[in-house]
Amino acid sequence: MKKSGSEILESLNIKALIESLIAIFIGFLIGAIVLGAFGYDPLSAYYWLFQGALGSTYGIASTLRYATPIMLTALTFALGTRTGIFNIGAEGSFYFGAIAAVIFTNIWANMWFGLAMGMLLGALWALPAAALKVYRGVHEVISTIMLNWIGWFFVLWLIVGPYANPNDPNKTIRIPIEARLPNIGYGLSIAIIIAVIAAALTYFLLWHTTLGFSMRASGMNPKAARYGGMSPKKAVMWSFILGGLLSGLGGAMKIMGEGPTYAISQGGANIYGFGFDGIGVSLVGRNHPLGIILAALFFGMLRAGTALMQAEAQVPLEIIKVIQGIIVITVAIPGLYDLIKKVARRGAA
Amino acid sequence: MDLGAIISILFMSLMAMVPIVLTSVGAAWSERAGVVSIGYEGVLLMSAFFGAIFAELTGHATIGLLGGILVGILLGMLHGAITVYLKGDHVIPGIGINLLALGVVPFGILAYWGTAGQHQLPLNAQMWHISTQYGELSPMVGVTIVIAVVTWWVLFKTPLGLRVRSVGENPEAADALGINVEKYRFWSTVYGHALAGLGGAYMSVDWLGLVHKTMSGGRGFIALANMVFSGWNPLVSLIGGWLFGFFDALASWLAPKHIIPGQFILMLPYIMTLIIVAGIIGKARPPKWDGRPYKRE
Repeated sequence: MKKSGSEILESLNIKALIESLIAIFIGFLIGAIVLGAFGYDPLSAYYWLFQGALGSTYGIASTLRYATPIMLTALTFALGTRTGIFNIGAEGSFYFGAIAAVIFTNIWANMWFGLAMGMLLGALWALPAAALKVYRGVHEVISTIMLNWIGWFFVLWLIVGPYANPNDPNKTIRIPIEARLPNIGYGLSIAIIIAVIAAALTYFLLWHTTLGFSMRASGMNPKAARYGGMSPKKAVMWSFILGGLLSGLGGAMKIMGEGPTYAISQGGANIYGFGFDGIGVSLVGRNHPLGIILAALFFGMLRAGTALMQAEAQVPLEIIKVIQGIIVITVAIPGLYDLIKKVARRGAA
Repeated sequence: MDLGAIISILFMSLMAMVPIVLTSVGAAWSERAGVVSIGYEGVLLMSAFFGAIFAELTGHATIGLLGGILVGILLGMLHGAITVYLKGDHVIPGIGINLLALGVVPFGILAYWGTAGQHQLPLNAQMWHISTQYGELSPMVGVTIVIAVVTWWVLFKTPLGLRVRSVGENPEAADALGINVEKYRFWSTVYGHALAGLGGAYMSVDWLGLVHKTMSGGRGFIALANMVFSGWNPLVSLIGGWLFGFFDALASWLAPKHIIPGQFILMLPYIMTLIIVAGIIGKARPPKWDGRPYKRE
């Protein structure tokens, strides 16, 4: 047991973790400057942000609730980068997971059936990008972004068209009560537990299975992987499929586990943007399942705190997306840790 | 369909091609020098927002366009610093710029104008258009064509262009000839993002006359698809960009006719992009050192 613990830490890379913490600090710093520039009080904004996220049991529960979908979409992106591809398609698979849950639980009101169909449709929506990458050499960033848009308009049509709720216009029909995820208190469902299990399974897949090994090997050096008898094409295919499956699960659980309506809301507002946020989560979590759990909790905390921040400090909730963007750009600076150490030493001398 | 409708769609497609062509031309120049960026989507969105502010403050749409270029230059410098001088990954900073735009623009619209998600520009901050009975045309259409042609000419017919292409194709040889690889790559990145910045400001102060939090609508990525489709050639990307603009225009022309559900019409530009890219990409050959950091041994 002790051995496996240090093994996980070894694969995580402590220096990278420190760099993420520095990036988070810089994100808050620049966020404060932006807030000040627009005439808000940054200290009061941040105070209410943390108060809202961690100051009460309800706050902590909503932190966990917001952490769930982005944890799963982050795993999608991480599986991609570990295989050497930039899979931006989590967003699209998430939509399909959500709509699949609505469609299929209304055919058979069973929770497991809904989750399974969400995963299936999420994986199916990832297939075109996978095939285009493997067989036609189409760059996955372009294909997945186009598929996200196509999927978005398709799901919007389903929301107002075939699956619109006649009694509650602009929303979809609801998930039947028998198929909803069990509630564990304070509006929190078992979705968070399933998400953490998914992260653990992703870790196991990447570091303890042959498929995971060939995925990581293809990500580091596809030529060497091919000489080693592995198939980078197969690895890329699986990375897309399993990635789509995880985001589909996220989308399904978003609708099946969150009240009060248990339906997709007007204009798809409650299913939009989780795939993009997941990319930030994955990068800050260093594309490692354990790091992703921590980063998802962090970003979930930010999102949970916005309600109180908006009410008490009148700051628009979008400021957390500004902070998130700055954190990701800072994480992209290579060797940030060494860079800061060098500057600090020069400053001290 | 009568002749008037055809001319009308043609005008709309010329207006719609501007942001795509400008971004494609800029991206082609940057990638010819070896620097990949996927942050153009965010550049378009942020320069649309800041360009509108510049235009409103001064009451001149042209100042708004220049403000957009300024935003592009600053973001290009950021991307260039990370990729060229710090030898970082070429894709991740772009993801960061796109995420940043998703925060800055909705936040800014709310904090600056106090409206949620959208702001209509006053008339004095909008560019003048040549109006005809079939629709309007912006002088920016002409400017875009000139920029594409001049960029092509400089890139392929002048010593400067040869040096730019050499640092993207074979930086070792370029370095041996005394060309400052990092300098050429950095300023090429800045130029690429500056053109995208112009395209973004065009969307708000000229074409649409409004700022909306999702107004870039994937055009940054469509432009990258167009760049690949055009073989990293600014002149060809003018034609390709018009084609993508045509699907955009066709979608907005078809939308009020209610022949099929609007959502399916809105999918059109993205489906066509996917089909076109899937059809030609096997033959596309990027510059040899595209997206690879160059470190002197």
